[in-house]
Amino acid sequence: MRTVFKTSYDADINLFRHRAQAGWYALLALLAVLLPWLVNVFWLGEATNMLIWAIAGMGLMVLVGQTGQASLGHAAFLAVGCYANVLYQQKLGLPFILSFPLGGLTAALAGVLVAIPTARLHGLYLAIATLAISILVDDLIVLSAPLTNGVQGLYAPPISIFGLTIDRYGNPYLFYWVVLVVAVLVVLLYRNILRTPLGRAFAAVRDSEVSAKAMGVNVAKAKAVSFGISAGITGLAGALMGHFAGIFNNETFNLLISIQLLLMIVIGGLGSIHGAFFGAIVVAILPQAIALARDAVTGALGVSSIAIPGLETAIFGAILIVFILFEPAGIYGRWVKIRTYFELFPFYRRDMFRRQRSYLRTERMR
Amino acid sequence: MDVLQLVVSGLANGCVYGLIALGFVLIYKATEAVNFAQGDFMMLGAFVCLGLTNAQFLGLPFWLAAPLAILIMGAFGYGLEVVVIRRMFGQPQVAVVILTIALGFVLRFVAGLIWGNQPVSLESPIAGRDVRFGGVVLGLDEVMVISVTVLLTVLLYFYFNRTRLGVAMQAASQNQLAAYYMGIPVKRLNSLVWALSGMVAAVAGILFASKGSIEPSIGLLGIKAFAAAVIGGFGSLPGALLGGIIIGLIEPFSARYIAAGYSQVMAYLLLFLILVFRPHGILAQIHSKKV
Amino acid sequence: MTALLELEEVTLRFGGVTAVDKVSFSVEEGEVFALVGPNGAGKSTLFNLVSRFYDPAEGDIRFRGESILKRAPHEIARLGIARTFQNIELFEQATVLQNLLVGRQRHRRGNLVSEMLFTPFVRAEERRHREAVEKVIDFLDLQAHREQYIAGLPYGVRKVVELGRALAIEPTLLLLDEPASGLSVEETQDVAFWIEDIKTQMGITVLMVEHDMHLVASVCDRVLALADGKMLALGTPREVQGHPRVIEAYIGAHGRSKVMA
Repeated sequence: MRTVFKTSYDADINLFRHRAQAGWYALLALLAVLLPWLVNVFWLGEATNMLIWAIAGMGLMVLVGQTGQASLGHAAFLAVGCYANVLYQQKLGLPFILSFPLGGLTAALAGVLVAIPTARLHGLYLAIATLAISILVDDLIVLSAPLTNGVQGLYAPPISIFGLTIDRYGNPYLFYWVVLVVAVLVVLLYRNILRTPLGRAFAAVRDSEVSAKAMGVNVAKAKAVSFGISAGITGLAGALMGHFAGIFNNETFNLLISIQLLLMIVIGGLGSIHGAFFGAIVVAILPQAIALARDAVTGALGVSSIAIPGLETAIFGAILIVFILFEPAGIYGRWVKIRTYFELFPFYRRDMFRRQRSYLRTERMR
Repeated sequence: MDVLQLVVSGLANGCVYGLIALGFVLIYKATEAVNFAQGDFMMLGAFVCLGLTNAQFLGLPFWLAAPLAILIMGAFGYGLEVVVIRRMFGQPQVAVVILTIALGFVLRFVAGLIWGNQPVSLESPIAGRDVRFGGVVLGLDEVMVISVTVLLTVLLYFYFNRTRLGVAMQAASQNQLAAYYMGIPVKRLNSLVWALSGMVAAVAGILFASKGSIEPSIGLLGIKAFAAAVIGGFGSLPGALLGGIIIGLIEPFSARYIAAGYSQVMAYLLLFLILVFRPHGILAQIHSKKV
Repeated sequence: MTALLELEEVTLRFGGVTAVDKVSFSVEEGEVFALVGPNGAGKSTLFNLVSRFYDPAEGDIRFRGESILKRAPHEIARLGIARTFQNIELFEQATVLQNLLVGRQRHRRGNLVSEMLFTPFVRAEERRHREAVEKVIDFLDLQAHREQYIAGLPYGVRKVVELGRALAIEPTLLLLDEPASGLSVEETQDVAFWIEDIKTQMGITVLMVEHDMHLVASVCDRVLALADGKMLALGTPREVQGHPRVIEAYIGAHGRSKVMA
């Protein structure tokens, strides 16, 4: 086990706890940058998809994991970001370099607009309100067909940055790098939020609203800011999703996507950046794993490959049930336990991470 | 005449929403858990009945199959509580929500595997018949749905307010630990509530299937029913029915008088507005926390 | 000495019950003032009124001569009024250090953008906050628990962390809701010393609710006894303890003579 001697307050403020940790992340970053030379185009596409989901996951994580506000409607912000980005390019002729951040900003604004009327809602009730938002946005896209082209959907043009054309199929590695840069920037932003009064205000709202108020935190404002940041990041992911998919409509961002996003960060582990990435890996890899397994089975049986509708979501659901029952802290929680086991070997105790179980306290009293 | 038919079909739809919502509210009232898979319970109940009675499966007579399906769903609810939900003890409400959403995915998949993903019809004696009230012709299925729903709501209302077991269930939800100390078998009560909720879902499913064809994805109706429960006031049984009827009526009328695309929009807009302006529903049950 | 906090004819009703009935008193700058009385007397309700969690039906509450009734709950801490809670309301999923740092919200000077970019100014601010919090940690001997999560801490330590979090606000007025309830004799002794130091060294005015009359008698300058939301007696601890109406309220209503012994 490594002992860190802290000699200044900066040791607790800096991004990395010690040199070795910084080294590991540098190695990871290097691997990520070099990925186009390490895997083929198909898997590079999957990696890109994973990163986009991770960005969306981080967006939702700010709200759910950091501020404790459950949202079942984040696909709405994916949609706002995606449509805004493409419409700014098509209708206003803005370049990607402007339309992309503006798309995120538009989604952030939408987030704040949702947060203001729902500031009084807690837990379950907020989840329902956001669920309604997700369904409403889905319908609104169809109803405002002149702008959004309704169910026919819109076509996302290739990204153009300073004359350089970036297309998912034309030059996938460039597209991958764009996504990687966005992902890294979002991680930095997220880390900065965590180590400032802003992040602590979020945590205060998450753990006890009453006492947050008594500490001088403007709870309604903190929720609105959290919603804004969360929706903004999610909107960026939505814009990238649009460019990744090429063509999209209201169905691309329906309620099931909202639900999947929430389930994803729960599987990954609530309250950590790692959780968003682990969850995204599961979401991105699962369809491939199922396809491989199915091919293996059908190959062994000698029958032609058949598609089973709902299999993917069902397996996803089953994984989630297993996690909620046996490892509520998600993949990241399990990872921390395994790491601690090796760090402390042979002194790890089984009850080290045991949580206190409490009897239900009524949530009717708020 | 036209309007009357809209009202009756809206009422019938609303009653199905109300019945599913009743299932939500039952569990919420007694355990404060929220079963997001309630719609899928309903779907499963419909398919179990279909599997028992339709000629291509077991072919039992309907009047035997229906109570059997209700019992099976009761057992299913009981078993689910014992095996899965009980482990969630002490975890936040939203964790149960997420768990049951995932459960819904699994249930829809399993139903699709067993009964297929194509729309099928239940061979029900109340399907496709008419009844006359004076000069008005109404579908027997719709009349049945409305009357059974009202009857069930009244029964459950009295159950919770007048019987020992019902009052004990409510007490347990307010404070499990205190209820446990008072000698109330909290765990068994929770299982019983899930069983009850499964049975109500089966009734809803059978009635719904009598009105038209079913497929696994009808489980998603649960979301609409959930909106109904919230509009009516979560935790209130008459509220659930009221909410269901409101949504059931809004849908056909907004589709008719605004535009086809608006039927869903208006329902969820109402839900959102209710949450903003009267967060705890029309028949509210929530108080402020004391510090 | 001037009045720091003044309550004037404050009344609060819950439905038909009058929880606080025309209560008036003022807390002078630099004193330790205690509210005592049987359970349900309205002591914590008064705290919640000052915290602006409840709106009084009648009357006025003034801090430094200005009415606070127009203020939102979160503005109270910014005015310099800190409080603790009877049933500990800490941020469970955060460390002791983070809990104390939340107390620094009042002194936050960075804006949204600078914090998201973590500019050098924000870093300097963080160091400043940390320094202030470390002073509190030293004062309350919390060094050993700095990095621990609240969820795993014993009751006694949580109680101290709550006090620390309120002190991190650097308040002018500190409201302590039963600071010694559930603590051992030794821990209560610590609390008595701390309150003494908070008053004399930090110059913070203290308003507290407490059942332990030994603690009240040893640290408080003045005491207000309440019962059923009404004022019974106001004066030094000795005067109030011997007041016939106070004795009657305890023995007559609840038979809790031991508390007053």
